[in-house]
Amino acid sequence: MSLSDFLSQASSKWLRDEGPESDIVISSRVRIARNLVGHVFPMIATESDKQAVLDEVERAVKQPQVEQLGRFELLKMGSLSPVEQAVLVEKHLVSPTLLESSGSAVILRDDEEMGVMVNEEDHLRLQCLLPGYQLDAAYGLAERLDDALEETLNYSFDETRGYLTACPTNVGTGMRASVMVHLPALVLTGSIQRILSAVTHVGLVVRGIYGEGTDALGNLFQISNQITLGQSEQEILSNLHGVAKQIIDHERVARQHLLLQNKDPIEDRVCRSFGILAYARQIDSKEAMQRISDVRLGIDLGIIKGVSANILKELMVATQPGFLQTYYEHEMTPGERDVKRASMIRERLRMDQV
Amino acid sequence: MLCEQCGERPATVHYTEIVQGNKNEFHMCEVCASQKGQAAYQALAGAFSVNQLLSGLLHFDSTVAPRSDAPAPRCEHCGLTFAQFVKIGQFGCEHCYETFTEQLGPLLKRVQSSDHHTGKIPKRRGGAMTLRRELNQLRKELQVSVMEERFEEAAQLRDRIRGLEQHLHVEKQQEE
Repeated sequence: MSLSDFLSQASSKWLRDEGPESDIVISSRVRIARNLVGHVFPMIATESDKQAVLDEVERAVKQPQVEQLGRFELLKMGSLSPVEQAVLVEKHLVSPTLLESSGSAVILRDDEEMGVMVNEEDHLRLQCLLPGYQLDAAYGLAERLDDALEETLNYSFDETRGYLTACPTNVGTGMRASVMVHLPALVLTGSIQRILSAVTHVGLVVRGIYGEGTDALGNLFQISNQITLGQSEQEILSNLHGVAKQIIDHERVARQHLLLQNKDPIEDRVCRSFGILAYARQIDSKEAMQRISDVRLGIDLGIIKGVSANILKELMVATQPGFLQTYYEHEMTPGERDVKRASMIRERLRMDQV
Repeated sequence: MLCEQCGERPATVHYTEIVQGNKNEFHMCEVCASQKGQAAYQALAGAFSVNQLLSGLLHFDSTVAPRSDAPAPRCEHCGLTFAQFVKIGQFGCEHCYETFTEQLGPLLKRVQSSDHHTGKIPKRRGGAMTLRRELNQLRKELQVSVMEERFEEAAQLRDRIRGLEQHLHVEKQQEE
């Protein structure tokens, strides 16, 4: 299979499509935690408890209200191979926690924009994931799914505490809304730390998507709400909007500043990274993410032409271990993966130059 | 002394941190300290999770920890004890919120913006709750309008409140 066929088949809609502000915002996501009345939470649940929850959710998904929203498919984690599980995590469709929990499953709409994790930390984790900056649309979808499921499911809800969740950090709305942003210029100009610490004062949190702590691989960050109780869904979303908009503006200003004040160094950096990606014969994921981030910045600044901007999104997912092993159809050692990763990136770059 | 992180620049930032009784001292140069920030804390404190953070908060909060002479509360629905909750930072079932309500209050105020839900209410099952919330809101507005001597508005609000109260009464009877 050619790489372009593979990418279009194996990737989700959020990975293929462009969205608003997609020069900076990669994706928008809303995740909602819900639990069912009369069942203990998954952490202390027995296998039969979990099966009962799964059965209830499966029945709810077959109701006409839910079927109106699209075609859903259930994938039990236990029946997937480790590579298939890894691919789901790499596409951000399930959390690593879901894989650790036995008796867990995910119910995905066929375009993979909408899904429900079952028996993660909570009985249900509804998720909507859209390309670009579409927080409100993502919440709208999540709310429709939530209402449709609630037609037949009895959610644990308390008038003062709101939706009850396994962890008190999610109680209330049970909602985590987030945007994934690419902030290379803020990282290069060193202003990222100031912004990150400022954001925590308004009940939001920013963290690197890959890598640990503030050491964000590929300059990719996730901004999300930390507070779920005491603010309504709309308040949470509007806080997030306010901050995300400012960060986007700052990043744009920083990019212009780089182009005006540091044209030679930035062009050099971008073109070197392009050269390495185009000719490297082995590359680890850390370096790959950084080089891909540089190239994407180069595309956005008009330094690199003839390469599609979507390359960042495609490669940040496709160069992960699960995807690599699926494309090349065999299991690999990390060393082998570095070789295949370099080869996949070269192939992806050639796709654009025809 | 050289910076622990880069080993190049002199260490000028020193701080001591005590996490669950373990003392850690950090010595870094300004560059690394500002770069690392929270990352250094996370790296040195080991793998970090929200649950550990929660249990950390609970261990240190004397207002939250149960007094030793009182019997430790235990959820009769799932069997979770408060000590277990403190350790894992997660509840066992929906009833734990009721069982541990006393201990939970101060914690929620700390990790959340308040201890009162103001967001969405389930559409199918939450009818009466939605009405009660609307009623509370209208009563507040009524108070304000009376205080500000906007009596025409107050009369309208009063009528809406009566209407809602009746509606709520009917719902209650239907539930019974």
